[in-house]
Amino acid sequence: MGNILTVNDINVYYGAIHAIKGISFEVNEGEIVTLIGANGAGKSTTLQTISGLLHSKTGDVTFLGESIAKVPAHKILTRGLAQVPEGRRIFLQMTVQENLEMGAFTAPASTIPGNLDMVFEQFPRLKERRRQIAGTLSGGEQQMLAMGRALMSNPKLLMLDEPSMGLAPILVEQIFEIIQQLNKAGTTILLVEQNAQMALSIAHHAYVLETGKITLSGTGEELAQSEQVKKAYLGA
Amino acid sequence: MTFLTYLINGLSLGSVYAIIALGYTMVYGIAKMLNFAHGDVIMVGAYMSFCSVMYLHLPPWLSVIVAMIVCTLLGITIEKLAYKPLRGATSLAVLITAIGVSYFLQNAALLIWGSAPKVFTSIFNNVESFRLFDGQLVIAPETIFTVIACIVIMLVLTFFTTKTKLGKSMRAVSEDKAAAQLMGINVNSTISLTFAIGSALAAIAGVLLCSSYPTLMPTTGSMPGIKAFTAAVFGGIGSIPGAMIGGILLGIIEIFARAYVSTEISDAIVFGVLIVVLLVKPTGLLGKKITEKV
Repeated sequence: MGNILTVNDINVYYGAIHAIKGISFEVNEGEIVTLIGANGAGKSTTLQTISGLLHSKTGDVTFLGESIAKVPAHKILTRGLAQVPEGRRIFLQMTVQENLEMGAFTAPASTIPGNLDMVFEQFPRLKERRRQIAGTLSGGEQQMLAMGRALMSNPKLLMLDEPSMGLAPILVEQIFEIIQQLNKAGTTILLVEQNAQMALSIAHHAYVLETGKITLSGTGEELAQSEQVKKAYLGA
Repeated sequence: MTFLTYLINGLSLGSVYAIIALGYTMVYGIAKMLNFAHGDVIMVGAYMSFCSVMYLHLPPWLSVIVAMIVCTLLGITIEKLAYKPLRGATSLAVLITAIGVSYFLQNAALLIWGSAPKVFTSIFNNVESFRLFDGQLVIAPETIFTVIACIVIMLVLTFFTTKTKLGKSMRAVSEDKAAAQLMGINVNSTISLTFAIGSALAAIAGVLLCSSYPTLMPTTGSMPGIKAFTAAVFGGIGSIPGAMIGGILLGIIEIFARAYVSTEISDAIVFGVLIVVLLVKPTGLLGKKITEKV
């Protein structure tokens, strides 16, 4: 299992605000890696930097051995890196099926029917509602649609930003089960979560982010046992 | 019979407003800016058609194609030079720039073609008028073809935005630029495409407008531009069917106001209707207020 994504010493600013202060980490092929941390720690900023929506002033991001730090956001997906953004960001005025088709915007047309079937198998609710306007879906369905949309391009690495946000506990469990299934089927996962307990329970590797810096790292299990993490994030 | 004549004339004028309003509303939907130079692109289109017929002796239909090509290029150039550098700037800066581009185009036209009005020869000059009800109702070919053009444009645009991949990607960009980028959609080229389509439509509108109202001068585009903007807001800015309905209603209201109330205050009535509609429904007739689920 080789290295699929390397983030090396990135520094990201929002105007004068230094949001990410020299973060480095890596994701190995086949793993679930999670970044946990409080609100404002820089988790989403890190993902947006990887996907090219934001740019780092220093360092590098390499994906499958090639630097992607200077690649514009709309060219990242074709390299095999898909992101499910925070707050789902599905196209609310388009139908479920149209949303999924947008996920396959860069994919060859011949792959679309097969991938639609694959997504509908994973999320049967989406199949029932394929002609419905996405804005009318429930929160959980919208999250499923956002994930399904990202899967339409057959990504090698799937980045998920707060997939549990605003969902009922039972739905959160369902979403995390799906994440594990996707991982078992061969997709590498980079997961950003505030729900540290859930994230650590499925992660192979985990990093704790605090005010723009990585303060702890280890296997999911190690961090779940760590006193520091227990105190700050697991409410023990 | 006069009522029917007014109605048909209103439909025709409204169709011109609708075609212009489409350009406003599509650009607003994608770039979230009011392109106040849009009205002046109409004027450039009309001059292009005029010159192609007058000096190059091209057939009228070919002059429309020339006007569309020039306006498409003009629209893309305006976007690249004037608006693209301001992406991320405050909307007020973009708005003022758009007004500046509008004056620039008007003054450039003044330099090139002078202030004296040109008499535009209708592109339907050789087409007979339609006579219905034993000649009691005479409809000019301009009137009919304007309405037909509007219907065809509406059908083509609806097909484009709902059935084609490129059209759907345009809707995606208008909803959420960052998410669209994550789908691999190039936002900048989508914005250019929108300006291109809007400007090509403006060229058609310019030729149709001057075919019915043949006085062509550098300020010809500004009043129809403002009315079409009103129509776009009236119908719900950002909505393609809204622009169509808003434009057609505005045209009909204007013609009826001119015919039955007074020519002098017809514009006041048109804008008065807009004010009332916005008071009752601030998002316009078909405008949607989007509530997001968290």
